[in-house]
Amino acid sequence: MLNYSESEMMAIAAGRLIKDGDIVFAGTGVSILAATVAKRIYAPRAVVFFETGGIDPSLDEIPMTVADLRVMSGTALNSGLIEAFSTIAHRKLRTVAFLGAAQIDRYGNLNTTCIGDYHKPQKRFSGSGGGNDVASLASGVISFMQHEKRRFVEKLDYLTSVGWYRGGGSRRELGLKRGGALAVVTNLALLRFHDQTKEMYLAEYFPGVSPEQVRENTGFELDVSGAKEAVPPTAEELAILREEVDPQGLICQPPQ
Amino acid sequence: MKSCSEIADRLMSLDQAVDQFIFDGCQLALGGFTVTRNPMAIVYAIIRKGVKDLHLVAHSNGQALDILVGAGCVKRLEIAYGGNGRYAPTCIRFGRAVEEGAIEFEDYSNYQMALRFLAGSLSIPFIPTKTGLGSDLMERDGFSPEVRREEKVASRKYARIDNPFSGEKDEVALLPALNPDVALVHAQYVGEDGTVRIKGLTFADLEQAKAADKVIVTCEEIVPRSFIRQDPDQNSLASFFVDAYVKVPYGAHPTACFNFYDYDPKHLNLYRGAAEDDSRFKDYLEQWVFGVSSHEAYLEKVGTEMLLKIKASPGVGYAPGLDRR
Repeated sequence: MLNYSESEMMAIAAGRLIKDGDIVFAGTGVSILAATVAKRIYAPRAVVFFETGGIDPSLDEIPMTVADLRVMSGTALNSGLIEAFSTIAHRKLRTVAFLGAAQIDRYGNLNTTCIGDYHKPQKRFSGSGGGNDVASLASGVISFMQHEKRRFVEKLDYLTSVGWYRGGGSRRELGLKRGGALAVVTNLALLRFHDQTKEMYLAEYFPGVSPEQVRENTGFELDVSGAKEAVPPTAEELAILREEVDPQGLICQPPQ
Repeated sequence: MKSCSEIADRLMSLDQAVDQFIFDGCQLALGGFTVTRNPMAIVYAIIRKGVKDLHLVAHSNGQALDILVGAGCVKRLEIAYGGNGRYAPTCIRFGRAVEEGAIEFEDYSNYQMALRFLAGSLSIPFIPTKTGLGSDLMERDGFSPEVRREEKVASRKYARIDNPFSGEKDEVALLPALNPDVALVHAQYVGEDGTVRIKGLTFADLEQAKAADKVIVTCEEIVPRSFIRQDPDQNSLASFFVDAYVKVPYGAHPTACFNFYDYDPKHLNLYRGAAEDDSRFKDYLEQWVFGVSSHEAYLEKVGTEMLLKIKASPGVGYAPGLDRR
């Protein structure tokens, strides 16, 4: 069996969710690896773009922020924020966004603002940034999370970005015409959302992880009845990730 | 310089620009985004002057915002994101100021802040958006009712309206326009005719500049009129929007400036380490802001070796192979 790290499994599991031709909105960290792996293996016609306005950068080096010079280098075109959001929101495009968060609830709503009281938080985070916009406007959102009980919560301390809101048809009733949470990729598993109720369920647990372990690390009731084991990273996926996408190991360290 | 006659009366030093346009309590929009094209040189000059009670209006501001907050220059903040990417996922002094209740703050999103500047630039009082709906951005107010009554603060955070054209329930959020007192922009080029050229992504700098009452542009280079007029499609902002120009090479350091230099990872890490501790942060300000008399002296302290390391390669616009850990 191949040796790989948690973050490598996450990048590859997320990359496999990208469809050819998708317009992929990448953030930083593992999401940029996922997008780049996807483009090089499963979805060559996918286009990676950034909320800051760079479309299809060459990504010879990994960007460290969404405003890194590397997101504006070798692009099809560069623009400003407003044009970037007209891409994300575009009715003709299938735009898939990667987002991270401090907390997530069963409907895929995200908190990137604070823990504790909003006005006097125990811990303040960066805030929405483009997260709320993307979650409101894109065709779908894939979230990256560390799988911990304190992060998978019954109730968010602050709802920064809307997923399926309160489940069922409630997102559409808000006036959000499309989009919603597609999947959540964690260090333990891939989770998806039920078609009707829009509640999160365990779709795939990563090799070496049990469904019970995923459940124990989730702060709300999780349906694990249909879960199966994920396919581990292949030699090709790992080679591309390590040798082409992140050779400096800036984001994903191979196992020691 | 004879060839600069068109902008001679607006060409000045950092200190002159700060003295003339930045005042205690002014509402300020910072250009750039996280670790790119922050107007650092003029921000250092603002801190050195001891400006107080700034009201910052920001989308994703990073380094400039954090040091202004940390230096105690900021009273009030409307913001979408305070972070420096991998160098500080949450800007440290910003995070701490919120946790300690030391600043008044209001959360919006990036697109919303960009739209608010756009509305301000178009002289319209508000602008609709499909973002924010259902989120706590719309449910939770940061500013108190007292703050909401103050000058330059909108009377409410959002309003909502159903599409008035369809008669159907189809809600949008309405955002109040912004017209900051001053916008700061750091650009790569200013022509002798005053035309501004930003290379790489422009973020919301142009909307901010056009929305503001006064605009200060700092730049890497002042270039001949013939150069800037040869390829007008590349230009970003017309001369008549700008009130002051300051030539400051490396004026965005330690943040990046496309085609000129990369961010300085060593300095950003140094800053992060300092920002985590009150007394180390005080030392940092003492050493890097108050202890240097000018931006030239600051660059001397950064050192030629580092400035060469971060120098952008013309083909790609950044510094390939830079050690960015």
